[in-house]
Formats: sequence, C-alpha cells, structure tokens
Amino acid sequence: MATLTLREKLAILSDAAKYDASCASSGSVKRDSLKSGGIGSTEGMGICHSYAPDGRCISLLKILLTNFCIYDCSYCINRSSSNVPRARFSIDDVVRLTMDFYRRNYIEGLFLSSGVIRSPDQTMGEMVEVARRLRLEEKFGGYIHLKTIPECSAELIERAGLYADRLSINIELPTDESVKKLAPEKKPETIRLSMAKLRAKIEEKAEPTLRTKTRERFAPGGQSTQMIVGADKTSDDGILKTSARLYGSYQLRRVYYSAFSPIPDSSSALPSQKPPLLREHRLYQADWLMRFYGFGQGEILQGTADGMLDLAIDPKLAWALRNRGQFPVDVNRASREMLLRVPGLGTKVVDRILQTRRHRRLRLEDVGRLSKSIAKLRPFITAEGWSPGAMTDMAALRQTIVRSCEQLALF
Amino acid sequence: MQTMQFALSPFSVALAGETDFAGWRNAARKLALNDISPQAVTWVIDTNAADEDKTLPEAPDTTSLNVPRSFVTRAESVICHRDSERFALLYRLLWRLRREPKLLEIASDPDVRRFEAMEKAVGRDMHKMRAFVRFRRIETSNGEHFVAWFEPSHFIVERNAPFFVRRFTGMCWTILTPCASASWNGETLSIGPGASKTDTPAEDAAEDLWQTYFRNIFNPARLKVQAMQKEMPKKYWRNLPEAALIPDLIAGADEAAKEMIARTPTQPAAHHAKVQALHWPATDAHADNEDGNYTSLDAMRNAAISCRRCPLWRDATQTVFGNGPPDAELMFVGEQPGDQEDIAGKAFVGPAGKVFDAILTDAGIDRQKTYVTNAVKHFKFEPRGKRRIHSRPNAGEVQACRWWLDKELALVNPRLVVALGATAALSLLGKSIAVTKMRGEVVERIDGLRVFLTIHPSFILRIPDEAQKEAERRRFLNDMRAVKKLMA
Repeated sequence: MATLTLREKLAILSDAAKYDASCASSGSVKRDSLKSGGIGSTEGMGICHSYAPDGRCISLLKILLTNFCIYDCSYCINRSSSNVPRARFSIDDVVRLTMDFYRRNYIEGLFLSSGVIRSPDQTMGEMVEVARRLRLEEKFGGYIHLKTIPECSAELIERAGLYADRLSINIELPTDESVKKLAPEKKPETIRLSMAKLRAKIEEKAEPTLRTKTRERFAPGGQSTQMIVGADKTSDDGILKTSARLYGSYQLRRVYYSAFSPIPDSSSALPSQKPPLLREHRLYQADWLMRFYGFGQGEILQGTADGMLDLAIDPKLAWALRNRGQFPVDVNRASREMLLRVPGLGTKVVDRILQTRRHRRLRLEDVGRLSKSIAKLRPFITAEGWSPGAMTDMAALRQTIVRSCEQLALF
Repeated sequence: MQTMQFALSPFSVALAGETDFAGWRNAARKLALNDISPQAVTWVIDTNAADEDKTLPEAPDTTSLNVPRSFVTRAESVICHRDSERFALLYRLLWRLRREPKLLEIASDPDVRRFEAMEKAVGRDMHKMRAFVRFRRIETSNGEHFVAWFEPSHFIVERNAPFFVRRFTGMCWTILTPCASASWNGETLSIGPGASKTDTPAEDAAEDLWQTYFRNIFNPARLKVQAMQKEMPKKYWRNLPEAALIPDLIAGADEAAKEMIARTPTQPAAHHAKVQALHWPATDAHADNEDGNYTSLDAMRNAAISCRRCPLWRDATQTVFGNGPPDAELMFVGEQPGDQEDIAGKAFVGPAGKVFDAILTDAGIDRQKTYVTNAVKHFKFEPRGKRRIHSRPNAGEVQACRWWLDKELALVNPRLVVALGATAALSLLGKSIAVTKMRGEVVERIDGLRVFLTIHPSFILRIPDEAQKEAERRRFLNDMRAVKKLMA
C-alpha cells in the first residue's frame, strides 16, 4: 500500500468519523493552564469553534485512529466488508494534529474513536496512549473524549478515565434485536455491562479516598452514548423508552440520536434515503422534556396511535393538545412544574416568570416579550387581562398554531 | 452642540474611554447620592479628560449607596456594549434601584429588558470571539508567536483577554482588532491600541489541514445552511479560513448526497472474508440446556447469562445469579436484584445488602459459608430521571425464574432455606404467604425442604422513624439468631 500523507489520512479518518453525532465539550471540571504553563482549558460551557453547512457544530477534532475494523455492522461506513479507502494514524499524528489545531484556536479538544483492529485491548491501548501523551507530555488542558471499546480490559478503562473528560460507549440501535440483526458481531449484553462498569467506576471515584480524602480524577464529564435512528423499525416511543432506561440505569449525561445517513457503498440491508433529520430533532426535543421538563417517558407519546412523534409540531405542544383538560394555566399562580408544561415556555422563561410575578402581575404582552412564541402559548395560559376562552378547546387549534408558527419555523 | 447639551443637561460626565467602568462608577455614585435625576446627566467619552471631574457635586458622607452586588458585575459587562446610550441606561437603573431595590427581578420592565439584552449581546460577542479567533503562527527572533485578527461587535478585547491567557498560557500570542489589541508574552498581558488586518500574517500551513478536516467532517446528506448561519453569521466568515469552502460545499451537497444514495452496494471488500474467518469463526449456536441438567453451579450461572424466560432481561443490565459455596448448608433467598446489584452483578451488595450483612455478623452467621440468591434474577424497575424505582415482580415472572431457583436448591441441597420477604416465600412455597404474620416459623415442603419465613431487609430501610427502625432491626436480628440456632 502506498504511504498516505497526513492530509490524506486526515481526509479519510475525519470522513469516517462524521456519523458520530456527539461534539459536546461541556460538563467537565474547570481547568486552565496558568499553573502548568501548558496549553488548554475547559470552563464548563463548551465552545463551538465552527459550523459545517450541515448545521452541526465543530467543537472537537473528531477523528478515528483507524478505519480498519474487524466488525461488520451494516450501518457503518467502516464495516469490514465496505470498500472505502482505509487509513491509520500513528499516535504521533493524532497528538500533533490536536496540538496544532488547538494552538490556532480551531478546536476545544479531541474526540477520538476507532475501528477495532486486531483486538479491543490493542485498539483501546493506543487511544489511551494518545490521551496520556497529550496530558502528560504536551501538558494539554483541553477537552478529551474517548470512545470506549466495550470489550476492552478494566485496567484500560481506568487509565482512559484518568486522562479523558468523557468516555462513551455506543448503544448503536434502540433494541437488542436490531443490534443482533444489523451488527451481528456486537453483543448488546457486553455494551450494557460496559456502561454499568463505567457508572460504577465514576461513582467509586467520586467518593473521596480514605487516605488522602481527595477525589481521584475519572472522566469528570461523565459518559454518553449514541443511538442510530431510522436504520431499523423501532418507533419513537421505543427509542425514548430505551433512552429513559439508559439515563436511569447508567447516569448518562447525554443520549445522542443520529439520523441514519446513507453511506457510500451502503449495505443492501438498509434504507437508501435522506436522513430523517426532522425526526431526529423531535427526538432531541422529547429527550429534553424527560430531562429538564419533568415529563415521564410514558407521557410523551401517550394517546398517539403509532407511538411516533408529530413531525409538524414540537412534542410539548403535541402533548398539550392531547391534554387540553389541564389548560389554560394561570401564569401568575401556577406551579413551576405546570408552567414547564406550557408550550413555548422554556426553563429560563419559566424562571423569569416566577421571579417577576413576585413583584408584578404578568400580562400576556409581558409573557410574549419573554418567550417569543406567543402564538403557540396564548391558547394555553391565562394572564392579567387575558383569558383564551374557548380557544383552548377549539377543534382547529393545531392547524391555527401550525400556520402562525410557520414563519418562525426552525426548519 | 456642546452648549446645547449643557443647556438641557446640567451635568456632563466625561469618561476616559469606551469601557471606563471605574470612571462611570465614580461619577454615578456621586450623582446618585445627590439624587440627581438621570435626565439631568449626559455621558461623553473624552480621552483627554482630567482624572477627577471637579464639576460633579461631592458625595455626602452621611448616606451610603447600596445596590445589589449582581448589578455591579453585570454593569461591568454592559459597559462593553457598543451602544452609546449604555452609560445613561446604567445610571438610570442605578438611580431607580435606590427606590426599587428589586427592579432587576422584574423582567417585564423596559429598562431591565434593555439591560438584559445588552448584557446578552456582550456575552454572545465574547463567546463568539473565543470561538472564532484564528491564530496564525509566525517565527520571530524570540521563537514562535501566534497572531490573530478579529472584528468584535463590542468593546470586549480587554474583558475577554484573561480567557485567552488561561487557555494559551504556554504560548506567545497577540490578538489584533480594530479598536484594541491584547498580547501575551508567556508572562504578562498587555492591552494596546487597535490595528488593521494588514498587520496580521497572511497564511499558516496548518490552515490547509484545517480545511481538509472541515470539508470531510461535513455530511452533504444533512445540508442545513440556516442552522449553520444562525450560529456562524456571515460577518465572521471573512476571518475564518474554513469559511472560504462553504459556498462550494453547499453547491455540491445535493449532488454528493444523491451520489451517496445512488451508489449501489458493491461486493464485499477483498479483506472481508479473511477478517471474518480470523475473528469470527462460526460457532455452534448457543445451546440453552433446556433439560437443565447442570452438573455445577458455574455451568448453571453461565447458562443463566442469556436467560430469556421472562421479559425482564430487556431492561436490566445482567442476570444476577446466586453466590456462595456449592455445599452451603444454609441458603438465603431474597426478592430480586436492586439498582446496585444490577450494576455489580452480585446479589445483596446494595443498601439492603449492607443491612443484611451487618445483622448476619451480629447474629454470628458467616455469609461466606451461606448461599445467597434471589427469587427473580433480573432487576425490574421504572426509570425516573436519573434513578430507577424498584417494581415488584409479578407472579408470572416469579414462576418463570423458579426454574433457576429449583435447580440451585437441587445442586446446593441446603439443610435450611430462609425466605426473605413475600416474593421469596411465594417462589419457595408456590403460594402467597403473609410473611409478617408467619415470620419466624419454619414451613416444611412436601419434598422435605425446610423454609424459614421472615421479612426482606429492605423493609427495615424503608421505615422513616428511627426508633421503629431500630426495633425492626432487632426483630430481624432475633430471626437470624433463631436461624443460627436451627443450624446448630
């Protein structure tokens, strides 16, 4: 095989990494380089350094160590039967690229993943070595996310957690049956066990040690996972059920949803169509409802015929339309929990309403100024001088809102 | 013009610069303490102004000026805004805060809204500067130096510079902007005058690699130009090396995506068969020993890993099988694994397990010599946010899992089994038992197996009242002492 230049390798191994949705560089500990005299910091909030025309942020240098892989997962561009060009970075390549990009302020850090070559331990060992060299030899204080290989040894996980901010293991697909069908060599049982072990390790290290009373560093940004949406037939309700299980069981910081994207040299087992981007967006909104808005997973799609999220309207509005008996809500009196259920009111706006109403009664215009989606929320609230009257129960309400929101639509 | 302003506003305050917060604060303090109305004050910037403005009335010694601390820190940010009205707005708020101390909490007030909007704009501008500054490397006589050109919307360079110091401590850098510059030599930060784009290096070899990355991380099948522009407005593009690629990427996206979809699946790659043969040799399908003729606990434990006798495996992490010596004389049967057991894969290691262990020790029973298992071997729960709420297994699930318990009993063949709680009793005796009524009793099964009935230790954990909890703990300890006696 002809030797590839660094540029050629980068082209192949970033192309191979683009189907991974995660780019978060947030949620870790605060850290800077003032003491170490090195390079890099994390200050809680992540920074998106650029945006690709697909609307996705570029925060981390997201690459594979290699796209050679012994697995044959039909949805993956790097599966062993695929004819894509293959490449492999040396440890040195990755360290140098990361530092060169970081010094020019292109990135927040590194998200390193890899195809599995030879053995899980060998591959994971090289990834850990990249992280070790960045931290210890380059005095790198930026963000490091390592994609963990489920079958690797506990000792490697321990070392990975020492250097990385976040570790993740992909659940791949919403059900074990789908994993078995589309990724025949992957073992859903092992993926679960690895997530459980990560959670146990994170909890263990969060306890101060007996001797020094200090906490040992272990993946301060927690663990996350990714699920591919639209490669199998699982409904949104099934997907959200899996997410709720994962959040509850393994304390995941995030579940990422990745709309299945057609890949070059695709397997015939999969749909050949544009990725279901709107569906992915609605799933994220529903995920937010579970995590920040107090919705139980079962509530979100209760009463729908097919267990699918409405693509035309957001899941909270859809829920409110199905549960009109609970509205209108009085913005000057309702509890935080109930305000969070009003379509168009986000967590920040709700907190501002709660703060303001201690001093003043809110009128519809006041709420409108805070929320920017008055058409959506008007039928669901009462305020000083405002009552929606029969509007809340109007049969054509969904249509009316959809039409008035169209000009403002995100998509 | 100057005189007219004077006629309208008896007080004119000259600030030393666009972000002269100390000057504003000093003047505003004097004005507010003298209760001078905001309409009577104009604010101008005059870099030649004297240090101390003598035209302002001195602050009276008797009264003090109290404002929320958050106002001061937020005002420091707002003063970086480009809007020339900011000084007047801040003074108006300060003046109003003396009468309305909670003013900043009233989100519907127009002044507060404007204040918040300015604060947000400055915050966003600072954030975008942290994101979109692009350094270019040059060689100087003192080694390498990184230089960037950036065009902020507000006066944020000085305020933002410490961020770049914290991040790029170990390198020498300069950020140039039209109105100010910041420079770090590895030891000290200096703020200087504005510069022009021509002062920055024209290129950097790393930009070619960065563009390669940008081009390849983009997925043409997901084109969402608006979403990109919302976060990376065009005004920033001219200083971003990667942005030069955007028009071509957009123009070619549709074609590229169509090609991705249209390209028909090809024959597996040449190495594929070799990889398969080497790493995934065909194995016999997993033989689930339906007869259940296991000759050892280990064989049984292995078989139970992939148990699908009821649907509980679906949500649980793993089968939590019993543990203990194969010749134990005493066996404990609990209900089902909990959150901790599900993660660890071992029975009775969570909070109830700790209570259980402590009481066994008090009763003089060595857990290591007993066999501890559960009636149901997968955790049944309802997810609630970041936690899992235990749900009681139903009769069908208990029945399905009895298959394993029966085999554990047959292999271990204990002299006595302790049923911890109603579920264990149901599984062992095949019918519902009121364990609280029958606790402490020994029931003999038709097959001769003796079953001691008591509560589940988690029952003790759930009692909120400390005295009652202690009483219940003592009752359970007495039960365990009775068990110990039965084994003697």
